[in-house]
Amino acid sequence: MFGRKKAGFPGGVVLEGHKLYGQAGRTRAAPIPKELVYPLEQHIGQAARPVVAVGDLVQRGDVLARADGFVSAPIHASTSGTITAIEARPVPHTSHLAATCIVLTADGKDTTRGEPLWPIPSHPEKLTHEQLIGIVREAGIVGLGGAAFPSAVKLNPKDTARVDTLILNGAECEPYISCDGAAMIEDAEAIVRGAGLLKTLIKARQVLIGIEDQNTQALAQMQAACKAVGDRCVFVKTVATRYPQGGEKQLIQTLTGLEVPSEGLPIDIGIVVHNVGTAAAIWNAVTEGQPLTERIVTVTGSGVQHPANLRVRIGTPIRALIDACGGYRTQDGLRLLMGGPMMGVDLADDNLPVVKATNCILAGTRDDLAPPPDPMPCIRCGDCVEVCPASLLPQQLYWHARAHEFDKAQTLNLSDCIECGCCAEVCPSNIPLVQFYRFAKTEIRVADQERRKADQARARHEFRAERLEREKQAKEEARRRKREELAARQAAQKAADAAAPDAPADSADKAPSPAVQAALEKARQRLQAETAQNAPSGEGDDA
Amino acid sequence: MIISSPWLHKKRGVDAVMRDVLLALIPGAAVSSVLHGPGILWNLLLCVGTALASEAILLHMRGRPVRRHLRDLSGTLTAALLALALPPWLPWWQPVLGTVFAIVMGKQLFGGLGYNPFNPAMLGYVVLLISLPVNMSVWPGHEAHGFMPWPYVFGQSGVESLDGFSGATPLDTIRTGLSQQLTLTELAPSLESHHHLLLALGWLAGGAYLLWRRVISWRIPVAMLVGMAIPAMIFSIIDPDRYAGVGFHWLYGASIFGALFIATDPVSGSTTPRGRLIYGLGIGFLTWLIRTFGGYPDGVAFAVLLMNICVPLIDQYTPTRVYGTRPRKTS
Repeated sequence: MFGRKKAGFPGGVVLEGHKLYGQAGRTRAAPIPKELVYPLEQHIGQAARPVVAVGDLVQRGDVLARADGFVSAPIHASTSGTITAIEARPVPHTSHLAATCIVLTADGKDTTRGEPLWPIPSHPEKLTHEQLIGIVREAGIVGLGGAAFPSAVKLNPKDTARVDTLILNGAECEPYISCDGAAMIEDAEAIVRGAGLLKTLIKARQVLIGIEDQNTQALAQMQAACKAVGDRCVFVKTVATRYPQGGEKQLIQTLTGLEVPSEGLPIDIGIVVHNVGTAAAIWNAVTEGQPLTERIVTVTGSGVQHPANLRVRIGTPIRALIDACGGYRTQDGLRLLMGGPMMGVDLADDNLPVVKATNCILAGTRDDLAPPPDPMPCIRCGDCVEVCPASLLPQQLYWHARAHEFDKAQTLNLSDCIECGCCAEVCPSNIPLVQFYRFAKTEIRVADQERRKADQARARHEFRAERLEREKQAKEEARRRKREELAARQAAQKAADAAAPDAPADSADKAPSPAVQAALEKARQRLQAETAQNAPSGEGDDA
Repeated sequence: MIISSPWLHKKRGVDAVMRDVLLALIPGAAVSSVLHGPGILWNLLLCVGTALASEAILLHMRGRPVRRHLRDLSGTLTAALLALALPPWLPWWQPVLGTVFAIVMGKQLFGGLGYNPFNPAMLGYVVLLISLPVNMSVWPGHEAHGFMPWPYVFGQSGVESLDGFSGATPLDTIRTGLSQQLTLTELAPSLESHHHLLLALGWLAGGAYLLWRRVISWRIPVAMLVGMAIPAMIFSIIDPDRYAGVGFHWLYGASIFGALFIATDPVSGSTTPRGRLIYGLGIGFLTWLIRTFGGYPDGVAFAVLLMNICVPLIDQYTPTRVYGTRPRKTS
């Protein structure tokens, strides 16, 4: 009840931060590894299409794979070297499956082409909206908050006049993750300038930058950067430290009081949200002609010797990051996650590459990521209802999902669940609630696809049946018309016969032309000859 | 088996929740023991022992992990709540009967923890109240101090022997008095109000602890007391001689205890925020109704059970407004 007032959104939970904000300003560059791996699908949408072949020499910034389709993003080489394979490799994905990757063996020189991939504008604010989108697209920039949605698509609202507010998400609400915090402290000016540029080009009225109150250093840096840049329409807003404050929908609610309509997008209410890191990446792409080839990754958890934020080349194996942080503290009960402990994906091992979405590598042990005790029955305590930031009824959704009553789960707005995990976190019975929702959502999606397929098949069948029927009718119609025509002609002929029995045309018909007569004569002769030939066989008596 | 996020889990499990409620019962139970004698503690011992034994047997028969479910303390809590609702020095088999009914019929036969539609403690209480109404409404006063209980524990029903120093509850006194055409003003001196005030304070202390620990939410207790207060206020204004006021209804009988410890039972109660308000209001109103016009002196147990029946209906018609949606039409 009091949560809404305090945090700006209902529900949510207070979690221990475990942030590395104290280390901010000391982000090191991780060493460039010998081998880098680039999954073709490291963004939401279509996988990129490779444009290099095994054996190709590439330099940093070269395009390895092009965007394939509207919602897609290109992938660039993050160092110089040789393409040594294009093959299936394990990728950091919840399925633990392998996917096609481009493998680059670094030559250690880390050279670039020298010239930018696109012309660097002398006055970035004079770019057109289309030019900006073009650069963001070419640079392969995706949302760096973890979702990896192609940023160009977000900048391409159908009707720019409707954009009122650009929100930069600096509310790093998940425990352990501090890469955005590091970016805000070290790249504050790039973020503010990037924000101003985006604002001008998408014609937003204002920019709101939401930062959690626990991150005082970032707040100070960003405010200072705003003053330095002097843009009067960029505001740094302090938001309460409460998970999931950094959820897109929650941050919008906190900062504007508006809600994104169910199954809609922020743009529907005139809002565009980008991560702070994304804004910095866009600014660097525009002013330096650099594609997205590195990002800040938080390497942390009780399983790591010296947790730190690192500037990491995309494609670096996770093992190399752990080594850069002093290696593992222990192997006992070790659990590797990509992302935070609330929404992160578990990793089978550390032989996986950093992708554009990798904001954090969390190596937890029993100290911080202890597996919960076995689930108990639900005691209907309602704690899940209290913490749900979407104001769902998690406990009822759970019963429906468990009973496979997906239609009922849908009437309770299952699709509005953001899978933040608050309900499962507070559940005294340790029921893996979100797992049940994911299961139900998948089942609903599959059933939907099947229904759509069935609908298509039915439509196709009906169309075919209709077409056959139409053809049949057309044929019949043609036949009928022919018959009618014939009848009409015959009738006309009869009428003509009756009218003029000795018409010349008629006599000509009865007396064939000489040519025809000659042909008839020839045929008759041939027939006679054949009859004579067949006669001795004794079979052609009748002939 | 956890195979996806979230990977963080609050340490407080079901057993910790139940333990908190048990702890919260201590002040009230202590006050009650001082006021009503050690018979209260004897009840606790009897009920908890019976609950653990009957639950263990039923869990074993159902093929469930016995140790694990006994450790969740839910059976212990049910027994404790029932014990504190019973008058002391009943014949030993009565608390045992009530507890067995609560645990076996009220809980385990429905599927155990989390599956019981009725508040098991109140089910056990009502069984005893309906079957043995005389015993159940006699509470000894503070004279019971120093009284040696042991002959009565295993012996004959204590009621006759207790006659000399036991009294009817205030609610019973009022009820009988009103039926004898006495007015409330005439009845007032026969009530030992400070005892009940002490008891109420004991329960309130525990309730405050539960609210602070966020084991219960304010909704059900507040709604229940409001649901009781509204009709009480209206009727006491209309005819103060025949209808008791808000303070009386709040302080006497099981109002505070019921609001904080009985109505807040999560398993058998409503789960939606608005539903909890309706559920609480319903319990409060029904309690007042039964006390004022019904055949029993107190009505908390019946009111809770009656509202338990309504829970699926209430939950169905009190959905939350989900983020980004308009208020949902219930169908």
